[in-house]
Amino acid sequence: MTDTMNLNADRPLTRNITPGSGVADLETFESTGGYTAVRDHVGKTEAADLLQVVMDSGLRGRGGAGFPTGMKWSFVPKDSGPGHRYLVANADEMEPGAFKDRLIMERDPHQLVEGMIVSAYIINADVGYIFIRGEYYEAAQRLRDAIAEAKAKGYLGTNIQGSGFSFDLHVHVSAGRYICGEETALINSLEGKRATPRAKPPFPQVSGLFGRPTIVNNVETLCNISHIVARGADWFQALGLGKDAGTKLYGVSGRVNNPGCWELPMGTTIREILEVHAGGMREGYSLKGFLPGGASTDFLVEEHLDLQMEYDTIAAAGSRMGTGTMIILDDKTCPVGMLCNLELFFARESCGFCTPCREGLPWVHGLLVNIENGNGRMEDIDLLNRQGRFIGAIGNTHCAHAPGAIEPLTSGLKYFREDFIEHIEKGACPYH
Amino acid sequence: MSDVADTQLALLTDEEVEAIEYEISHLPMRRSAAIDALKIVQEQRGWISDPTLAAIARLLEMSTAELDGIATFYNLIFRQPVGDKVILFCDSVSCWVMDGDKVCARVKDKLGIEYGGTTADGRYTLLPVTCLGDCDHAPAMMIGKELHHDLTPDGVDELL
Repeated sequence: MTDTMNLNADRPLTRNITPGSGVADLETFESTGGYTAVRDHVGKTEAADLLQVVMDSGLRGRGGAGFPTGMKWSFVPKDSGPGHRYLVANADEMEPGAFKDRLIMERDPHQLVEGMIVSAYIINADVGYIFIRGEYYEAAQRLRDAIAEAKAKGYLGTNIQGSGFSFDLHVHVSAGRYICGEETALINSLEGKRATPRAKPPFPQVSGLFGRPTIVNNVETLCNISHIVARGADWFQALGLGKDAGTKLYGVSGRVNNPGCWELPMGTTIREILEVHAGGMREGYSLKGFLPGGASTDFLVEEHLDLQMEYDTIAAAGSRMGTGTMIILDDKTCPVGMLCNLELFFARESCGFCTPCREGLPWVHGLLVNIENGNGRMEDIDLLNRQGRFIGAIGNTHCAHAPGAIEPLTSGLKYFREDFIEHIEKGACPYH
Repeated sequence: MSDVADTQLALLTDEEVEAIEYEISHLPMRRSAAIDALKIVQEQRGWISDPTLAAIARLLEMSTAELDGIATFYNLIFRQPVGDKVILFCDSVSCWVMDGDKVCARVKDKLGIEYGGTTADGRYTLLPVTCLGDCDHAPAMMIGKELHHDLTPDGVDELL
């Protein structure tokens, strides 16, 4: 078993996923080391010691914000009185341009199940939910099948493997809306309500689902846990090439030769991801810019290609690594048109609770449409920047939806200013 | 009132009630199963009519108005009749960059409907949807529960 484990030790998350491979069943999963962490550590190693391992590993949340996972967990009170404690997998993958969690859930669903069992043991949660978007029919079914297989083998349910630890896991299939990916909106939705984000504090770790201590983590984050627990913090740290630890599921979409999703060492350069793995730009197209980690991240351009894709490095360049799935803007595609598409999306998906988001985003979209259609005025550029500062300021809204919407806008205004001016001066879109 | 309530509940089948009660069984409050319940019933009937909505609300011990507020918030709950199959066309940025709007124009042209419309023969309803998580095969859309990708205008002619 050790040999097979070492075979793909450099890509733990996709060790059972090769081109053309189907879904990994329980037998396949176990043959590559699956459920080792449950058998060896649940009920056998102190939860506090495992929490320390997760903290030492340097794992940061893979959903987009990059918050240190161990630290997030450490805010769960040790004693919370009688009642449930919840662990929720955020499988509501809906960030435009993100297509990484689907890969794991459809092809190696047990990995999420095992990650959740070990994580639940560490935070002492007794009930778990996988909150999955409604369009992921196949992934939801494979997760249900995996849960049934795990239950039958005694990895889930009451007194797991004789450890004294019990954990029930359920799949909740959502009914749409991007805002459900925001953790407090997700919690409201799990409670059967409209998915309106909550004001914080209280934070979910203290008062989350049904007012009980709750941890919400992204699928990729949770999948890392069983590997970290089984192999240790040093092993995980060593996987990263730069400051951040582990591997990352990176993706590229747009006019490249080989769009796709790959598990690579954290800190791989953008250039390597784009030119080696994605095969570079298609013939006849060149790179104009890119959103490094989904729709709600700031545009970066060619001068940033040699940066390492890791949280702090991308943040220092004025953007965010987000989900790690890049969207490429090529030289034949209009950046103003792209922003029209992005801001229409954000306006439509606003839950409508906070005024800057509900009123501001449709206004921004309208201004962009005017410019794209040749009806813009020079002062609209300043107006968009001013609106961006107002709508995007942290603290003006309950959640990060509006600030996220403004990230591509202000960066787009900065890097593609000449395109805006040309639209306005010509009175038409120069790309048409 | 109780007669009215009984009539409402009778609108749900035993199978629907059983499936909803299962969801309620692992939740602390009946109303917490609101979204699950709407999805269970819609799976059978295609959409949620006013009487059906009232019946579900009754079963969950919540007001019809409140359940309607929830039902209308979520884009995959349909409060109007839809076609036999709902087409969810991804209009997010990766598909847009790959000329998804041109493919969608062909879908609209072929079916003779705009977003929100249902074909005259009742076969299809067309709706926009947020990124389907298939961006390396953009443009993408779902027809019913099936995902179709790497779409071209001519390709959708064959699909529909």
